[in-house]
Amino acid sequence: MGRFVIRRLLQSGVVLLGVTLVVFLLLQLVPGDPVRVALGTRFDPQTYEALRARAGLDRPLVVQYLSYVGNALTGDLGVSFRSGRPVTSIVLERLPATLSLAVTAVVFATLVAFPLGVLSALRSGSPLDHAARVFSQFGVSVPDFWMGIMFILLFAGVLGWLPPSGYVALTDDPLGWASHVVLPAVTVGLVTASILTRFIRSAVLEVLSEDYVRTAEAKGLRTRVVVLRHVLRNALIPVVTVVAVQLASLLGGVIVIEVLFAWPGVGRLTYDAVQARDYPVLQGAVLLVAALFLLINLLVDVLYARLDPRITVR
Amino acid sequence: MSGAGQSAVRRALSALRHDPLAVTGSVVLVLLIVVGVAGSWLAPSGVNEVDVDRMLQPPSWSHPFGTDELGRDVLSRVLIAARVSLQVGAVSVGIALAVGVPLGLLSGYYRGWLDNILMRCMDVLFAFPVLLLAVAIVAVLGPGLLTAMIAIGVVYTPIFARVTRAGVLSVREQVFVRAAVSVGASDLRIMRRHVLPNIAAPLIVQTSLSLAFAILSEAALSFLGLGVQPPDPAWGRMLYDGRGFVTEAWWLGVFPGAAIFLTVLAFNLVGDALRDVLDPRQLTVSEARRSTG
Repeated sequence: MGRFVIRRLLQSGVVLLGVTLVVFLLLQLVPGDPVRVALGTRFDPQTYEALRARAGLDRPLVVQYLSYVGNALTGDLGVSFRSGRPVTSIVLERLPATLSLAVTAVVFATLVAFPLGVLSALRSGSPLDHAARVFSQFGVSVPDFWMGIMFILLFAGVLGWLPPSGYVALTDDPLGWASHVVLPAVTVGLVTASILTRFIRSAVLEVLSEDYVRTAEAKGLRTRVVVLRHVLRNALIPVVTVVAVQLASLLGGVIVIEVLFAWPGVGRLTYDAVQARDYPVLQGAVLLVAALFLLINLLVDVLYARLDPRITVR
Repeated sequence: MSGAGQSAVRRALSALRHDPLAVTGSVVLVLLIVVGVAGSWLAPSGVNEVDVDRMLQPPSWSHPFGTDELGRDVLSRVLIAARVSLQVGAVSVGIALAVGVPLGLLSGYYRGWLDNILMRCMDVLFAFPVLLLAVAIVAVLGPGLLTAMIAIGVVYTPIFARVTRAGVLSVREQVFVRAAVSVGASDLRIMRRHVLPNIAAPLIVQTSLSLAFAILSEAALSFLGLGVQPPDPAWGRMLYDGRGFVTEAWWLGVFPGAAIFLTVLAFNLVGDALRDVLDPRQLTVSEARRSTG
């Protein structure tokens, strides 16, 4: 187990280094001078020189990269071309909004997908199973931003039950936050639920065909006991991974939903940085999200290895 | 094409014929291709024909999908935008195939340090949420149809590299590959004639599912204003432009979105049927990584 964790840590470290290289190279891909492009009509020689010097763009490429990695390790991701503020604090300020949306969406998705996936597998071929399969096919095919627009149209426009967009911090006003988070979280959560339902259904079906389940049934255990003790315990191991991968994706992938619902998270920040050509902020947001994504995947692998020790023997 | 490759294609076609959902999906796709090719002839009005006297008109006989905020016919724009979606799907998945398959072949066939380096590179690309990486690439290259296609192609490359590598790893141990090595066939010939046709099945499945995800990704990029640029129509862009008016003009939200949904659904139905027959055990990597917007 210890060796497995160390190996995964080293692998993640190498991948993270690669991630920093990709993020660093993003700035180099900008056609022309990125500072000049970012300043646009607000160009003035003094600001231009100051920003170029601060971003270290006058140094050789290798030196720039090494300094970028060195600074990133100390939490310094540069300064915004627009506001001049440190990128790290700009990105971290937006994290709670994204985190609260992602966690709510995943909790909602799990609450929907878990019973649906399990029942659908236990009653394979039944009308419920067909309904679950239609739901999951619908979820993986529907553009979530379109579903969001339809929800705004129905729940905010026609019924007037919920605000169409906006954000209230959870710590400021929990009820206000709840009323604002419902539409974006349900929009994202339904898509996630459809993916999870598929995985849970197939994981449970796979375990149901195992010999130990047949043995448990043959020795006369009640169905409830067989399902709870044997089927679910084993089927849930791969599901944990998928839930975590979904959470990790949502932390950085809810750009469109955050834009649609004016939710001031990391996704919205990324969008604003793209619009404003604020490349350091774009780089910082992408790097932070990728690092979080890697961290969550690492934690899941370790958790997975705890749940199923066979994983460590590869 | 060799026997194994032909057999995979034959089984694919047979799968599509015998599954009612796949038949439905295929019919929708054929219709879409017809619309994509002949959209400008089928469209009742010009795609950018502005008519300020007819702004935000609800669906009627003269404008079955209504008109937009500039008085343009929504049906005409939806029909013509089909070409963009199909084009993006084909080109971006083509890029992912053209780059990912050779990388996966080299990686799985030669293994060793080359495999290690290539797969770590793929791991790096996998560390980014799909849409975020696509947005970042488009942001630096500049918005537009071409850059959106390149970005989506890059994002989906690791999936094809991994699927190919996994197939190669099992095929290269087969007796017929060893026999080819022993008679002195070159590596290139072995990969082209013996390995590639035998991994056609998972690649066909992955291609059809990736087309669906590529179309969704393009719609998301266009919705963010990073894909097709105005005045050219794209379904995602139409939703973006109409989002401010949906409460008073529901048709601006409903029809372009329904077009994306039907297209993606059709590709998914066909992809699922192909997977059930050709490659039932394939891990649906792309499903788990669906670009949640």
